[in-house]
Amino acid sequence: MRIRTAGVVAAALALSLAATGCGGGGDEPAASDSPAAKAAGGRLVIWADTKRTAALKPFADHFGQENGVTVEVQEIADEQQTTFVTASQQGSGPDVMVGAHDWIGNLVQNGAIDPVQLSAQQKAGFAEIALKAVTFNGQVYGVPYAMENIALIRNTDLAPQAPATVEDLVATGKRLKAQKKASEILCLQVGQSGDAYHLYPLYTSAGGYLFGTAANGDYDPKDLGVGTPGSVAAFKKIRALGEKGDGALKRSIGGENSIATFTAKKCAFLVSGPWAITDVKKAGLAYDISPVPGFAGGEPATPFVGVQAFYVAAKGKNKALAQEFVANYLTVPDLAVALYKAEPRPPALTAALDQVKAEDGDLVKFQEAGRAGAVLPAIPEMAAIWDPFGKAEAAIIGGADVATTVNAAAKTISGQIR
Amino acid sequence: MATQLTSPGPPVVAPDGGRHRPQRPRTARDSAPVTLTGLAAKVVLLGLAAGIAIWAAFPLVEARAWAGLAILAGTTAAIFYLYLTRRHVPAKYLVPGTLFLIAFQVFPILYTASTAFTNFGDGHRGSKDEAIVAIQTASVTQVPGSTEYALAVATTGEPATGPLVFLVTDPATRAVSAGDATGLRALPEGDVTVNSAGKVTAARGYTVLTAAQAGARSAEITAFAVPTAGGAIRSSGLSRAYEGKATREYAAGCDCVRDTATGRTWTADEGAGAFVAADGERLAQGWKVGVGLKNFSRVLTDSTISGPFLRTLLWNVAFAVGSVAVTFGLGLLCAFALHTPRMRGRSLYRVLLILPYAMPSFAMLLVWRDLFNTDFGLVNRLFGLDVDWLGGVWSARLAVVLVQMWLGFPYMFLVATGALQAIPKELTEASKVDGAAPWQSFRQVTLPLLMVALTPLLISSFAFNFNNFNAVYLTTEGGPFPADNPTAGATDLLITYTFRLAFGAAGAQYGFAAAISVFIFAIVALLSAVSFRRTRRQEELYA
Repeated sequence: MRIRTAGVVAAALALSLAATGCGGGGDEPAASDSPAAKAAGGRLVIWADTKRTAALKPFADHFGQENGVTVEVQEIADEQQTTFVTASQQGSGPDVMVGAHDWIGNLVQNGAIDPVQLSAQQKAGFAEIALKAVTFNGQVYGVPYAMENIALIRNTDLAPQAPATVEDLVATGKRLKAQKKASEILCLQVGQSGDAYHLYPLYTSAGGYLFGTAANGDYDPKDLGVGTPGSVAAFKKIRALGEKGDGALKRSIGGENSIATFTAKKCAFLVSGPWAITDVKKAGLAYDISPVPGFAGGEPATPFVGVQAFYVAAKGKNKALAQEFVANYLTVPDLAVALYKAEPRPPALTAALDQVKAEDGDLVKFQEAGRAGAVLPAIPEMAAIWDPFGKAEAAIIGGADVATTVNAAAKTISGQIR
Repeated sequence: MATQLTSPGPPVVAPDGGRHRPQRPRTARDSAPVTLTGLAAKVVLLGLAAGIAIWAAFPLVEARAWAGLAILAGTTAAIFYLYLTRRHVPAKYLVPGTLFLIAFQVFPILYTASTAFTNFGDGHRGSKDEAIVAIQTASVTQVPGSTEYALAVATTGEPATGPLVFLVTDPATRAVSAGDATGLRALPEGDVTVNSAGKVTAARGYTVLTAAQAGARSAEITAFAVPTAGGAIRSSGLSRAYEGKATREYAAGCDCVRDTATGRTWTADEGAGAFVAADGERLAQGWKVGVGLKNFSRVLTDSTISGPFLRTLLWNVAFAVGSVAVTFGLGLLCAFALHTPRMRGRSLYRVLLILPYAMPSFAMLLVWRDLFNTDFGLVNRLFGLDVDWLGGVWSARLAVVLVQMWLGFPYMFLVATGALQAIPKELTEASKVDGAAPWQSFRQVTLPLLMVALTPLLISSFAFNFNNFNAVYLTTEGGPFPADNPTAGATDLLITYTFRLAFGAAGAQYGFAAAISVFIFAIVALLSAVSFRRTRRQEELYA
């Protein structure tokens, strides 16, 4: 008998687990749609990444109290875009999403976000480039709150003068290397798979481009710059900086070690964004920030400008409230300042930027470095660029033949763009 | 049959598996006393099952998933029948496992296989209706030069159910109008109270909704539009309204989307799941359709995919075989070394050898990637080398296998130690008596016996390594890549290669990824079947 009881217990336990397992997958979406939400008269759910969740909480609470609704800020640790798209599809997504502006193309093609109608006055409050970034097919799809771009961060003990050109930079770097003051010329992340984002200023300065511009100022997916003679010429200049040339660009320097190598004083120059400053400050070295230099006599070196924005989820349960929060509440400078304090990136609202500028000189310098910048393309076709472009970059920096590599990358990219 | 031993009836062993077993033992068992704990456990667990079923039923009802509800009801009823009756004893044990098998094995496989015949992926996630809604919503633009109103949402009836009215204030004149589905109508100034921001706070004949009340009717408010000459007044949140116009409209007659501003039309293409214009331009928002065998034929006919497929497959097999071989070789060697009774401090060594196995492998893989860095990595520094480890084809392959060896040998060491201890000492001693040299005794007695026990483990290890995504993706990401092909790297396994094809460029393509998964499934199944067949032969040989 003892054994039978044990058997029944085990079987039933397993069954209840099985039932949970069977039921679990399908129910999640509806589970959040609890009757409690209706009783409370509305519940606004905001998804943000780890850093922004804390900064958003007090403002969300304030909005909630003002309007008599519950506002929940939920932290999505990683893969925010994928999680958001999948959850939206299932109907278990948030009402408001916080994320980078280059998601817009993909979010729109998946019907995951709705346009935001801003008044002319509200629009005027934003930096022009920030507003341009969140505009897709002529519609504003999100409310921008912070901008970011890369710049040249320099160890002023090693290199007191900001280099005017890439050639200057390489000459200084080589001299420091010869004097054994540094072991690397430049810390620009490449890695084994390349990094199109960090290389972009050098690529444009050498005469390359990714997508042309259509008549309305948007990127034109039909005009692909990779594979054009200009891009081949640009990669020739980049190859000369690579492992078979000056050795300024190396695959051994990647995302995981570029900032650490700079803070360890192994190189005098780092190409990175505002996110690097915390580490640089912690290392206690004297630094300055200047625009990424271009090649002597070349085109302007344009970094990408990215924007962080708030989106209204198209399949949210509380869209009117979400619109109210995003369009009419977030356009006040206080929130932008608080978010800046949570993570120092230049606010997109001009008023907020002016407010924090006074306390943070680095911000102004980063903004200055991004003045010539190009909006990071938000068109879905951009997804086809990153991987093949990066790999071509890594191969060329490693010494591969430029024309074959660039053409192969161009073929892969155009194959992906329907 | 353990129950036989405890049953009070005479032990009856029927040669035919008990089919003609006399009734007595069964009745004896059935009349066994029901203990209180057993009964309580039964009641609690069945109650739990019922609770879970009810909890799962609500969302199904809400989603109108009647088929799912029927399955749920059927399963629950079957469970209750099974555990409340005293019959069907074997089923009592089998059903839970079967349910798990269906939930976690059969269902995913069927789902993957069925996805492989669709274009499910970014841009083709939802239904056609959802795509049409998204296209129309996305095309609503503000009428140029139109007024931006301050908005108060009101109703003429109950706050929760009454018909909606938009009370809009013109910011310039402060004139208030009420708008409903029939259009705008000016309200006399004396009837309304307007706050400093221009928003109506009270109006005679209307109940102004609070934000919470309005929030509860969110969907209605978003869909509400007050027709005007130039378009319609819509809400932007709960405090502003604008005059907007949907420039793209779906017409069911032609099954197309027409742009009212430019006159351009995009006709539905059910094969591609998108609205396509005459010149081939597609609207971004598409929908999910069945594409038949297209995903499968794409794998076979697209030269950028089928070309490197064979090379990747070969390396994939080599990687799996190599990983198993080096981990097994080193593991076995260590096991032998620590099997010798003369060895001192064996338990300490064993603990040390297990350490790599105890570390989280994904973190270790990232550490190893950094150790192999050309300029800053420990490997080159320590040995004074200048090898471009992850940049060269063969060095990267070697590096990947070396990392696998480090991560995997403790497991092999463990299982080999266990198997060695299970081999009776008499056998080796007997071979010694027969005059066999130690090596001969190892080769002809110990190893074959070891292999009988370990071969199934080696095969499962092979199958695991065949799809060892982390091992490659976290160290080399599949690289280095040949200059002329950025899609297939030298260390790519089929699984990392698939991942890149399906999710790397141009967004997620679940349908296509599922098709490649089916191919990989077929390959692994074939290889496993062949090797298990060989194992059986081997067992017959040594058994």
